[in-house]
Amino acid sequence: MSNDGMTQEIAPAESKPTIRTILAPSDGEPAKDTPGAPKIEIRGLKFFYGSALALKSVDMTIHDRRVTALIGPSGCGKSTLLRTLNRIYELYPNMRAEGEVMLDGENILSPSVDLNWLRARVGMVFQKPTPFPMSIYDNIAFGVRLYERISTVEMDERVEQALTKAALWGEVKDKLRASGLSLSGGQQQRLCIARTVALNPEVLLLDEPASALDPISTQRIEELIKELRDDYTVVIVTHNLQQAARVSDYTALMYLGELVEFGATETLFTRPSKKQTEDYITGRFG
Amino acid sequence: MIPIYHRRRFVNRFNMTFSVLVTALGILFLAWILGTLLYYGVAGVSLALFTENTPAPGNQGGLLNAIFGSALLTLLGIGMGAPVGILAGTFLAEYANTSKFTRRVADATRFINDILLSAPSILIGLFVYVICVVPTHHFSAWAGAISLALIALPVVVRTSEDMLHLVPNDLREAATALGAPRWKVVVRVSYRAARAGILTGVLLAVARIAGETAPLLFTALNNQFWSSDVNAPMANLPVVIFQFALSPYADWQSLAWAGALLVTASILGLNIFVRMTLGKKQRG
Repeated sequence: MSNDGMTQEIAPAESKPTIRTILAPSDGEPAKDTPGAPKIEIRGLKFFYGSALALKSVDMTIHDRRVTALIGPSGCGKSTLLRTLNRIYELYPNMRAEGEVMLDGENILSPSVDLNWLRARVGMVFQKPTPFPMSIYDNIAFGVRLYERISTVEMDERVEQALTKAALWGEVKDKLRASGLSLSGGQQQRLCIARTVALNPEVLLLDEPASALDPISTQRIEELIKELRDDYTVVIVTHNLQQAARVSDYTALMYLGELVEFGATETLFTRPSKKQTEDYITGRFG
Repeated sequence: MIPIYHRRRFVNRFNMTFSVLVTALGILFLAWILGTLLYYGVAGVSLALFTENTPAPGNQGGLLNAIFGSALLTLLGIGMGAPVGILAGTFLAEYANTSKFTRRVADATRFINDILLSAPSILIGLFVYVICVVPTHHFSAWAGAISLALIALPVVVRTSEDMLHLVPNDLREAATALGAPRWKVVVRVSYRAARAGILTGVLLAVARIAGETAPLLFTALNNQFWSSDVNAPMANLPVVIFQFALSPYADWQSLAWAGALLVTASILGLNIFVRMTLGKKQRG
């Protein structure tokens, strides 16, 4: 080391940023690398938009109480895959899914499944925040009232619990009767999350939940996802690789309707087994 | 380059001036109509207008029975036409895409609705005459209300469907993802979101039927005296104006002008009210 203040040593090679340092989670919460019990088993899933095949025979396991991220370039089928998990595609004509999606051993794609029951167990939050045109309180109560008839006092408690879980209670507790539309974008998205967790689902599907939000709101949503991990199985679709690395325990890379690789996030990002994965992660395509 | 620029500037100025002049011409006629109405109509406005019934020629009187009749006919007409119209609009906007069959039904409905929308109101009056007045052997307020309902119906169907289409699909998906059954998504979310727009459509239909004359000529006809019997002919402003304006009596003519002013003022007022209060809600 030179003692002369005028000259400086060239920085050693080890301090040049590597994939590991760019993408490793930056704050305390470590990813869980022991696999939980399988919550959702996807076997041979095919999805058709009309006659066009969008998902080509996907096989995947979603582990219980873990965060699974679906990543991939635009049009790869990650949102399509997510939307088969609660059969929301059935709102639209000309879409159908084939194969098996086993939620706790039951195939949710079979026509005998009660869709409302399914959607009570598998909740979904969308990319664009969609508060209902009602008060904040009613937004949360809407979902609860679909399934339970409870007293006002109990409902107040449920609303408070849900808003606390979504890290929104402190900000809205004095204006529960204000319209849901009066909140900021980040708050609206947290309201949508609160609305979904108020039903105590087992699985949470998040379709690019922070892509329409500013960085501060994004950070809060990511912290929220890490907290929710303890109680729910979370599947998150994101086009932001760094977000997937920060937040998830398992990652699945999809490309053109096929599952390219699935593994623990740490492994997939630092020692991917397929060349395509490595190319995508280092930005050579996508 | 400069000559091209000068030519462009000239063409621009010419077109602007032309557009302004044409607009002014249109507004001029509107102002002329309103001005004429005010000029002749105000002379006939007095307290008696609202407290006394239509008189025999040469006597003093007012338009009380006609005002009441018009109000009742409009209320009954919209009371029958609006709910059916809103439900039809809901089907077209929310349920049309459920199957190939419903899509065909929806296309046919829209087509027929557009035809009904532009049907001459006198034809509707004749139709109701044949189905209501002839079998019962008398004119009635019910027949009048039915014909007004048939005129209001396509307006409400059109506006309800358009307003419901404006509700973003994300909102419906979010409610469905919570497990809400289809009808609840429609009633609790779609209707709530489109509430202001649908109401606007209904009020605009009211404004439309308030001034319709031809259908009432064959159905409710007119009544010289006060009547609140819905099974009998009922006085109404448009037909009274028709009858009085064509008469040779000056006091009847003055009452006709006052009636015309009344009809115009209430329709104009309703339109302005709708645009100001509910238009603000949609933007806010």
